[in-house]
Amino acid sequence: MAALRAARRTRPQGLRRAASCALTCNGALIVPVTQTKGERSAVHGAIAAVWRLESPRIIAGLVRLVNDVGLAEELAQDALVAALEQWAGSGIPDNPGAWLMAVAKRRAIDRIRREQRLERKIEEIGHGLETETGGAEFDAALDPEQIEDDLLRLVFTACHPVLSTSARVALTLRLLGGLTTDEIARAFLVPEATVAQRIVRAKRTLAQAGVPFEVPAGADRAARLASVLEVIYLIFNEGYAATAGDDWVRTDLCQEALRLGRVLAELVPAEAEVHGLVALMEIQASRTRARTGPSGEPVPLPEQDRALWDRLLIHRGFAALLRARTIGDPPGPYVLQAAIAACHAQAVTADATDWEQIAGLYEILARTAPSPVVEVNRAVALGMAYGPERGLAIADALTGEPSLKNYHLLPSVRGDLLARLGRVAEASAEFERAAALTRNEPERQVLLRRAAELAEQGR
Amino acid sequence: MRFLMMTTEDGSTPATPPSERLQAEMGAFIAEMSKAGVLLATGGLEPQGIHIASKDGKVTVTDGPYSEAKEAVVGFALIEVRTREEAIELSKRFWQIVGDGQGVIKQVFGPEDQPGQ
Repeated sequence: MAALRAARRTRPQGLRRAASCALTCNGALIVPVTQTKGERSAVHGAIAAVWRLESPRIIAGLVRLVNDVGLAEELAQDALVAALEQWAGSGIPDNPGAWLMAVAKRRAIDRIRREQRLERKIEEIGHGLETETGGAEFDAALDPEQIEDDLLRLVFTACHPVLSTSARVALTLRLLGGLTTDEIARAFLVPEATVAQRIVRAKRTLAQAGVPFEVPAGADRAARLASVLEVIYLIFNEGYAATAGDDWVRTDLCQEALRLGRVLAELVPAEAEVHGLVALMEIQASRTRARTGPSGEPVPLPEQDRALWDRLLIHRGFAALLRARTIGDPPGPYVLQAAIAACHAQAVTADATDWEQIAGLYEILARTAPSPVVEVNRAVALGMAYGPERGLAIADALTGEPSLKNYHLLPSVRGDLLARLGRVAEASAEFERAAALTRNEPERQVLLRRAAELAEQGR
Repeated sequence: MRFLMMTTEDGSTPATPPSERLQAEMGAFIAEMSKAGVLLATGGLEPQGIHIASKDGKVTVTDGPYSEAKEAVVGFALIEVRTREEAIELSKRFWQIVGDGQGVIKQVFGPEDQPGQ
């Protein structure tokens, strides 16, 4: 297999040519047919839709055949070129996914046969090799159940710990989200060349490390699944951090993360944490309309207009949380966070919030997955449930925490607790500190106003 | 983007319950849409329903059937997709399973889709 990989790495660049006329190096679709502009854009749009719906499954099926993520993506794109040429004349077939898969599979077989011939030659001149790709594997490539297994393998491969977090995110969006490098770059506010390089390097790293195309089992599984969930939640939070004025691609990251989470929940239905993550994202996404004010300033949870919360997403979040609980494992960090989000979603008004329950959940979360940020939130919850002194005691213990040095929510939370205790001068100073740390301009204005009001009261 | 995919009936064919085969295929389609992470909600609707109209401050409620209703919505699927074309592509798959019939696909607007924003 090592020789197969080596042969692949040195394959002539001319083989890439076919792919490049349908997808530019950034993955953007170009339709190479002569048609009127309207017809072209209709075909273009329809084929782009098919590609986005089908490409993860096709790439996944191909990786199992050729055992190389980069080559699989190339073969899938070759199949797309063939589709563009044929569909322009004959129209899109009834089952475009199966059509693309069949063509891609044929090309993969051709490629492997060529390489096997090459390897036999290498063998003749004295190098020993082990290689065999059975015919049954090819037939299995079209089996729907097999495709689902492959899709899951692709998820674990794209999120493999051998890759940096940013590489995992980029590769996941590219291979499983069908996003172009340009779209990924715009979403993460980095140059396109950076993302392109990240993806190329990631594919190379996977090949060089010989990462097997498999679903991890045993002791490894929990850690590997945690890596997958982390990547999906990172994508979600990147979109959640975007504001109304941002490129639509940024806000669309939330949708993409939700979609990936929902897909994963069906692929591994027995994993409670996956349902926990889906529940958490559904409930957080339900607040999208309410969490930003007219001038783009963040509206804190207690001040949000709850009528703007999306009831459908809340309902879906509750359903996902119920699925997680039915599995019966002790709750993990995502299930706990989802349960906290569900407490907020259940409260008809901010005053009706069951802070004691939330404080209890934060206590468990602080033991299960301790982190300084969890401690900040625990301070808020205990402050609401049992009075500001309790909260302040936790918040005060965090002031020396190096990782929170630039975290504006800590002074903001302390300011709030101090204000409730009537220590207005100290509270005002904390809000000023928070204002200096936030990167959101409208939020800075809100914090400065709060600081000024408290300073006024102290006079 | 959210889209509401609706199946409509004009009353020209007598309403018959779907065959077992069709029901199984529909179930498979719904499962596939859930697995693809696009299906938010789905359901079937009674063909007649209750007719309600408001005129000059007076609200009139009428139980069906009524002859003027040309097309009744009898089923729906609320989906979340990235483009209009994806909605059309998914709808095509639905009709390949169901066979003859007709429907309407409409985008469901959120506050972000309001004109002038």
